[in-house]
Amino acid sequence: MCTAQFAVARSVGPPRLRRLDRVSVYLDHAATTPMLPGAVAVLTDQLARTGNPSSLHTSGRAARRVVEESREQLAASLGARPSEVLWTSGGTEADNLAIKGLFWARRSHDQDRRRILVSAVEHHAVLDPAFWMAEHAGAELVLLPVDGDGVVLVDALRDELEAHGDQAALISVMWANNEVGALQPVADVVALAHQHGIPVHADAVQAVGQVPVDFGASGLDAMTVSAHKVGGPGGAGALLARRGLELIPVQHGGGQERGVRSGTLDAPLVASFAEAVREAVDAMPTSPERIGALRDALVAGVLEMVPDARLRGPADASRRLPANAHFTFPGCEGDSLLYLLDSAGVEASTGSACQAGVPRPSHVLLAMGIDEDEARGALRFSLGHTSSADDVRTLLEVLPGVVERARAAGMAGVR
Amino acid sequence: MRVLAALSGGVDSAVAAARAVDAGHEVVGVHMALSRTRDQFRTGSRGCCSIEDAGDARRAADALGIPYYVWDLSEQFEQTVVADFLAEYEAGRTPNPCVRCNEHIKFAALLDKAVALGFDAVCTGHYARIVVRDDGTRELHRARDAAKDQSYVLAVMGPERLARSMFPLGDVASKDETRAEAAARGLSVSAKPDSYDICFVADGDTQGFLRSRLGSRPGEVVDTSGEVVGEHDGAYAYTVGQRRGLALGRPAADGKPRYVLSIEPVANRVVVGSADELVVDTVTADQAVWYSRLDTGDCQVQVRAHGAPVDARATVHDDRVEVVLPTGLRGVAAGQSLVLYDGTRVLGQATVTSSRRALAAR
Repeated sequence: MCTAQFAVARSVGPPRLRRLDRVSVYLDHAATTPMLPGAVAVLTDQLARTGNPSSLHTSGRAARRVVEESREQLAASLGARPSEVLWTSGGTEADNLAIKGLFWARRSHDQDRRRILVSAVEHHAVLDPAFWMAEHAGAELVLLPVDGDGVVLVDALRDELEAHGDQAALISVMWANNEVGALQPVADVVALAHQHGIPVHADAVQAVGQVPVDFGASGLDAMTVSAHKVGGPGGAGALLARRGLELIPVQHGGGQERGVRSGTLDAPLVASFAEAVREAVDAMPTSPERIGALRDALVAGVLEMVPDARLRGPADASRRLPANAHFTFPGCEGDSLLYLLDSAGVEASTGSACQAGVPRPSHVLLAMGIDEDEARGALRFSLGHTSSADDVRTLLEVLPGVVERARAAGMAGVR
Repeated sequence: MRVLAALSGGVDSAVAAARAVDAGHEVVGVHMALSRTRDQFRTGSRGCCSIEDAGDARRAADALGIPYYVWDLSEQFEQTVVADFLAEYEAGRTPNPCVRCNEHIKFAALLDKAVALGFDAVCTGHYARIVVRDDGTRELHRARDAAKDQSYVLAVMGPERLARSMFPLGDVASKDETRAEAAARGLSVSAKPDSYDICFVADGDTQGFLRSRLGSRPGEVVDTSGEVVGEHDGAYAYTVGQRRGLALGRPAADGKPRYVLSIEPVANRVVVGSADELVVDTVTADQAVWYSRLDTGDCQVQVRAHGAPVDARATVHDDRVEVVLPTGLRGVAAGQSLVLYDGTRVLGQATVTSSRRALAAR
């Protein structure tokens, strides 16, 4: 059945070498997405100006004004108050500040609150600080289990809180998973946590611009956002921290950002960041609807072309990010798929990469109960504001040949 | 041709890949991740498994304008090369992990995957020459620079895999020439130190590595008469021909240095004796791989990577070979790779099973 379809598909001639500057089909927007033109304009305009926002003279005040207007704009886009915005260097720093800062603050008041509760499918920017705190700072790490779709099991959290609620320092559950796109039950988590007086942090890096995110309405105590995932520049992010939430600083210095996050503020970056978020939020819900329709076509096409491919994450489109499609391809290795697609001009991701660039079976898929062999054949396609129906069409043209070849290579590895 | 250039992060593989690009091939760079441990960041000058090496390989690919990927072969590496290394030492033999890596990883797992993915050949920075005869047969020869020649560790791959291999550095006059070429090409690895150690023994302490993986097993060191002359912490940590590190309490009766003559793994004994007793003249090897048909004939053989070849007369029975060495050879251990040459040409390769002194005393 597969063979007949592969026969009519365009043959993939890896590595038909392409020039590095050739335009490719970019289906890795969850890694980073092209900057929005408005964000580029703001950035380049601001880069030409000088002035340290902390300086007291005219140039400094001008830069500070840019920072504060950006703060107000970002807060307005995300349902927060301006004073709740803490600028950071990106999502990872914001996650670290939330995990470490909350833990130390809570524990300083109550030595018994040592447990850090995080979902098993968190990004490494949350997982690794949590593991680190367990190894080096006396924390106890509790990984909250997920179901087969990658959604946190609220009942498991309830049981944990009933048993050990008075020992919990904080809970961190992401708004939406970056690999399989599963939307998480943030409202349920917040409701349960607040019954026990436990602050909740959510990494909303993937959610902003794809689903409505209102920090104030969510009841969250802290939330991470990142600029480059929504069409802003790299190197900018923010932790939204509810007024009155105590955070012990991780980074010490000049006392910027309420003394919680020292470091010279970068007016061009934060202005461009705020502009990108504003554009992304203004484009709701039209843009996510358009992208969601493309994603649905992509999913349907992949399952038709490669019948044994399995969609991972929630099958119900309303329960996952509109731009996310994630599959496992039996008998294939993710790095073979990635290489073959890349050489055919299609850029995708295996979902997670380690420092040296080696794809490993993803902790997210393993937490969902997928075995290691299946997890090796994972591939994530993520769409974005530049995606078109042509992109999906090109992917579907090359994919059958790619999968066939990767499967042959997978067999070659088994000797 | 579509060529997969294996990029270790060192200077040789980078220049080899550059030459493949110059030759007009479609080249893709691949770095093999062979270790899963993360703590090898600062071991760049040693092996080919560190994050630093992966980064250097990436920069070499950037400089050449070729795509670059990292392929995870750590599982296969652990199951074949490292496991074989431990099992061979445990059995009292002397393995060469570079030979096993070429046999199981570079010219097997990597090559097979490359071919399955559509590549025609794998290009490496090994120093050896491939000579193509008029009739199309391919021969493996020593490199032009005898000091860098690596035909010894490559011989195990056999003719089918040789047909899918490229060694663009076989003709360089010296390593200095390779470094100069790398510098002229703007490759940042041009001044990177050579690696000599076993790549998965990060600190170079092979005995310590064996002890950590195999555990301590104290036993006796005896001389050829059976008299106990010392103790050891594990017979597996010794190799035939070894002189240093024996730590024997009593000097030999004749006052001369003593060497490891053999390892007896079952008895967990190490047998030591004089340099003369190390000399053998008949070596048997099996699991032979042949590049050309050989029955019985004169040739030269080499038993270690940087050893000198000696004249031999070989007798072949299928995949077994016995070589007689008129001038004798010191320190031949079971497990070593025996490579047979006719001048610069590799005739075949086999794994030593036993050696003895059979000819009349000279």
